[in-house]
Amino acid sequence: MAEIRNAIQNDQPLLVAERLGKNYGRITACRDISFALYPGEVLAIVGESGSGKTTLLQLLSAQLASSAGRVSYRMRDGVLRDLALLGEAERRFLFRTDWGYVHQDPALGLRMAVSAGANVGERLMAVGWNHYGRIRQTASSWLERVEIDTARIDDAPRTYSGGMRQRLQIARNLVTEPRLVFMDEPTGGLDVSVQARLLDLMRNLVGELGLAAIVVTHDLAVARLLSHRVMVMKGGQVIETGLTDQVLDDPHEPYTQLLVSSILPP
Amino acid sequence: MTAMIEISGAEKSFTMHLQGGVKLPVVRGVTFDVRAGECVVLSGPSGAGKSSILKMIFGNYRCDAGRIGIAHEGAMLDLAQAEPREILSVRRSTIGYVSQFLRAVPRVATIDVVAEPLIATATPREEARERAGRLLHRLKIPERLWALPPSTFSGGEQQRVNIAHGFISDHPILLLDEPTASLDAANREVVVELIDQKKRAGAAIVAIVHDDEIRHRIADRVINVTAFAAAA
Repeated sequence: MAEIRNAIQNDQPLLVAERLGKNYGRITACRDISFALYPGEVLAIVGESGSGKTTLLQLLSAQLASSAGRVSYRMRDGVLRDLALLGEAERRFLFRTDWGYVHQDPALGLRMAVSAGANVGERLMAVGWNHYGRIRQTASSWLERVEIDTARIDDAPRTYSGGMRQRLQIARNLVTEPRLVFMDEPTGGLDVSVQARLLDLMRNLVGELGLAAIVVTHDLAVARLLSHRVMVMKGGQVIETGLTDQVLDDPHEPYTQLLVSSILPP
Repeated sequence: MTAMIEISGAEKSFTMHLQGGVKLPVVRGVTFDVRAGECVVLSGPSGAGKSSILKMIFGNYRCDAGRIGIAHEGAMLDLAQAEPREILSVRRSTIGYVSQFLRAVPRVATIDVVAEPLIATATPREEARERAGRLLHRLKIPERLWALPPSTFSGGEQQRVNIAHGFISDHPILLLDEPTASLDAANREVVVELIDQKKRAGAAIVAIVHDDEIRHRIADRVINVTAFAAAA
């Protein structure tokens, strides 16, 4: 099932944002954002509430139409396509297979009343799997990968703890082996001890699967642990960007210095 | 011998925006080469910018000016101008770095912390762990600790895990920031041997060591960084 990704492919960006902007009436939520994301690369978007990072994530994942600029994505055939010009079937394919989207609130990304196994299996059925035994077996192995006791496979996630729900949401997203995962504050609202476990798990999965990911977080520790690269946002604009440890250890902009200096030492 | 590191005119200062924009000059006009098989030790008093220079070579600190040439995959790459993905590629296959403090991920077992750089360059997991075990053994970390995360270890144990993590790869460039600082005499001896081995294998090493005896034993050349003082 795992596909071999060749090195040449890795030299071409997977997703390209060009001068992306979004206005709500006279209010600017995002302005003039450009970057390229490569296969296997994890990009963190950091900034305080209201800095435009969630709007940006929605623009990048084609859930929101932009007011300016464009987002292009390299489809599995290797062609870079403008997301705004995709047909409905292609867009559905992206959401069902090639992309994952991990919400801060697992209730938004899961179906709370159906079993954990069905939550994972549903994504497989959406891409044409129809053998019940294989679906169940794959779902079960994914529960194991995200450290959920397989004895709980028939329980609905509403009976799960917050940390388990978030891990189930991740399993549901990764089961189709997407190439790109969007994450919106994936550890928000969880206890610190639960956060550490989730982060470690995500870090391993992202590395093993060679996933590209765009992670929105206000938590610089999450950015440091998960990401290769950081974009710092303020007032809807990217004010500083670079290698994660460069930006966090040698911040240049006043706002980035403020963010970094606001972390309590461990 | 071929130059593995070519630094010229490198400059670094910090602007502290939260302290009213105070500018702290660190170093200016940093210029030196390091050849394969050579160990260069940076000397100078505390605060002279030794660690900052190592961090500039590692791409952790950005340069305000100058060039940090690194021999990477058969060509000279200017790290001061490199893209993040190029810097990551340099760290994967060319530059190893032993920092003063271990920055480990919670929950990851010591043996996997040490094996990680090999796994990142596609060494099979079993082989990587076996080599990690040999190195930990040599650095006298008892086997019963290998499955535990190093965060609970003593300072000296953490430093040895850090050294194992830095020395396990066959990177052609190695940066060492006080690798023997919190070690006892027997372990210092092991580190000196490891450095010797790396030199014989052709690695270019830049080190900071305060211990005069260790410096004397490992250094082929000493560069006094006060020559690069960036007087404000």
